[in-house]
Amino acid sequence: MTTTDPLTPTLAPALAREEAADPFSLGGETFTSRLLLGTGGAPSLEVLERAVRASGTQLVTVALRRVEASSSGAMMEVLDRCGVRLLPNTAGCSTAREAVRTAQLAREAFDTSWVKLEVIGDEHTLLPDPIELLDAAEQLVADGFTVLPYTGDDPVVGRRLTDVGCAAVMPLGAPIGSGLGIRNPHAIALLREMVDVPVILDAGIGTASDAALAMELGCDGVLLASAVTLAREPERMALAMRQAVEAGRLARGAGRIPRRFSAAASTPMQGLPEL
Amino acid sequence: MQLTVNGVPTDVPDPTTVAALVAERTEGHRRVAVAVNGGVVPRSSWEATALAAGDAVEVLAPTAGG
Repeated sequence: MTTTDPLTPTLAPALAREEAADPFSLGGETFTSRLLLGTGGAPSLEVLERAVRASGTQLVTVALRRVEASSSGAMMEVLDRCGVRLLPNTAGCSTAREAVRTAQLAREAFDTSWVKLEVIGDEHTLLPDPIELLDAAEQLVADGFTVLPYTGDDPVVGRRLTDVGCAAVMPLGAPIGSGLGIRNPHAIALLREMVDVPVILDAGIGTASDAALAMELGCDGVLLASAVTLAREPERMALAMRQAVEAGRLARGAGRIPRRFSAAASTPMQGLPEL
Repeated sequence: MQLTVNGVPTDVPDPTTVAALVAERTEGHRRVAVAVNGGVVPRSSWEATALAAGDAVEVLAPTAGG
């Protein structure tokens, strides 16, 4: 929970304490926000800064490109000013070799051994290549990296990634940038049951209800970019995502009611007047 | 001598170190990474690493990404 959470003061003290102490442990670090934000796509640095602040995120993804094609140093000033931790990605890599080198370059540039590992297997769908991904993850873990792999929603691949030492598993809900939401919720729920590391829903989120669903399915966090940066009002959507992640987390903890085929009245029939 | 810097054939004085090339290319960037012929050159080695004719150098800086 964040310090500005409006809900906790209305809770009974014991529950409020429990909610306030709901830390997100990832890679040996502790976060209060469970929303990770990608920086790609924002129409301006001013919009990006407002969105980052509204989201409450503490971890944002960044990339490395040839210096002529990179952002000005101003983007890093914005992120430094927001006080967020940086998570470099390996976007654009299609082999383990490229991804490992990109991660090593990012470690030099950003002075962090954390990496969002992306190894793309298909240019059209941008779906991850599980074979190359597993190979790269194993090499990077051996090299001391904290590896957060972007993967498909196959629970067995997720478990293999944790077997080689990944600090989290980040399954897609739908293809990157598609905004299609979580196409196979059951696979995400199965993955959550099959691994002992944090599961962060990454890619496919289109709107706030998708982020809430991810948390209701048991995900420990949500990573999204376009859903905020390309929204008509990124700052407003960033706040929506923050609240959706918090709401989904609360609902997961509260325990949803069973689904029923038909109705079940909540108003008692006893004492019904005859009119 | 001629190098390939970020995919473009480029003439530079001989000798040129990685540190000198970075200084020329990356004004305003504090966070930079360099690869020479595909291998990462750590920042601590930039001063001591002389470039050779024909080297392929990548000079990278932060950009937005998801």
